[in-house]
Amino acid sequence: MPLYSKEIFKHFKNPKNVGKIKKPSGVGEAGNLICGDVMKLYLKIEKNKKGERIIKDIKFETLGCVVAIANTSLLTTMVKGKKLEDVLKIKKDDLIKRLGQPLPPIKIHCSILAADALKEAIYDYYLKNEIEISKDLEKEHQRITKTKEELEKRYKGFQTFEKEVLKK
Amino acid sequence: MKKTITSKIYLDYAATTPVDPRVLKAMLPYFSEKFGNTMSLHSFGQEAKEALEESRGVIAGLMGAKPKEIIFTSSATESNNTALKGIAFANRKKGNHIIISPIEHDCVVESAKWLESQGFEVTRLKVGKFGLVDPADVKKAIKKDTILVSIMHANNEIGTIEPIEEIGKICRERNVYFHTDAAQSFGKIPIDVNKMNIDLMTVSSHKTYGPKGAGALFVRGGTKIEPIIHGGGHESGLRSSTVNVPAIVGFAEAARICQREMRREAEKLTKLRDKLIKGVLKKIGGSHLNGHPKKRLPNNANFWFKGVEGESIVMHLDLLGIAVSSGSACSSKSLAPSHVLLAIGLRPEQAYGSLRLSLGRWTKEKDINYVLDVLPKVVKRLREISPFKK
Repeated sequence: MPLYSKEIFKHFKNPKNVGKIKKPSGVGEAGNLICGDVMKLYLKIEKNKKGERIIKDIKFETLGCVVAIANTSLLTTMVKGKKLEDVLKIKKDDLIKRLGQPLPPIKIHCSILAADALKEAIYDYYLKNEIEISKDLEKEHQRITKTKEELEKRYKGFQTFEKEVLKK
Repeated sequence: MKKTITSKIYLDYAATTPVDPRVLKAMLPYFSEKFGNTMSLHSFGQEAKEALEESRGVIAGLMGAKPKEIIFTSSATESNNTALKGIAFANRKKGNHIIISPIEHDCVVESAKWLESQGFEVTRLKVGKFGLVDPADVKKAIKKDTILVSIMHANNEIGTIEPIEEIGKICRERNVYFHTDAAQSFGKIPIDVNKMNIDLMTVSSHKTYGPKGAGALFVRGGTKIEPIIHGGGHESGLRSSTVNVPAIVGFAEAARICQREMRREAEKLTKLRDKLIKGVLKKIGGSHLNGHPKKRLPNNANFWFKGVEGESIVMHLDLLGIAVSSGSACSSKSLAPSHVLLAIGLRPEQAYGSLRLSLGRWTKEKDINYVLDVLPKVVKRLREISPFKK
């Protein structure tokens, strides 16, 4: 069995919805503590005829590995046009299933990046528009922020290390 | 990007090499015709024994050792394990201190770590930004109870060649055993265990166009060492186990070919390597060479690219028919950034953006041209989707 499925390669080779959105309704950033990948996601959110908030447009940028790129591309195609409440219900297992064969266990964390950035973008949108934030989303936001902070701390640690080495 | 080639380009010779057809031919009789056990007294056994001893002579010859100083093993990993653990346990009455570099292969790093758990003390030296160990640091680190210094000859990731002759000299003066892991350099650059003051040396078959499953450990005569595999007393009692004659015959044939062709091959590869390095640094902005610009293996190039991730480059290149290795991490095995790249001062995100290209016997100039054509496009494309682009 090849390391990655056809579906992963399809999205990796031609990722959908790459780029930025000018004047986004919400922006989310997530970093992965384990491997250092970084993901940035932009949302354009509008109301449909029924007055429900939907994702009108979504774009992403990433410094990431194969799975991070493929998975985010897939997620963006899944959520475009969907209601925010429904989007927040997507589980990481749904994504992994859609990617075809099971991921190598070591790569599962890479696939969480996209979902995290998406949650953060929605959180950002809620915050800006003073919409009530659910307990679950607040908890997720805390977790993602903590990961990012730890990532930055770790990089700082290594930077000092680098200076020491070069000074020598 | 359209795929324009028909055959794949292999640029991962540092991971493993294909078996040279001449090597395969030499091995074939030893599977079903001359299949004897070297310990058997009858003619089948003697035939195998003869092939084993002849092979021992060839391997010894390529490093200036005596045949009886060569112990065949299954791999460089086993040789390194034997060297570290075997010396540690045989000399613990003299002392319990071991010195290694921070850029050793995992099998040395992990053996040393395990020895620590057994009560030994390990000093890990620093390296400079090119990955060089300073012999003066070795001198300073040696204590009364130091029993072993283990510093690799050439690094497997960044290709830097260590000043082992000087380090060996210091160890000799201080009466400390000196081991070097030469898995990457054996057969590629000249090695003389006497001139370089080496007491123990690890070599590998499958990095020199021989088969997998064979390695050797040079153990200087008179060295106090314990076996780690006990049994029927093969290999002077240092490595029991029925001897893998076909693989060892192949290893020896590979060494013979290296002996004849090493100089020419090194010249050719150095030229191609330098063309690759110059081309990449010129064509790709934000690219940097990892390792020493001059003191490096003829076949190794290692870069880091700003704002991209190594595995993504590897996979794009693979789709374009080029096989290379990510300098680090997010590969399928481990997620931590490479300890070698961190030791030379790279930040984790730089280590993650690293790429190793290792050339070999069948690398052609047109392969390098093709890489220089597509690699800049791949990096550019990945940078376009990065949040850090300007």
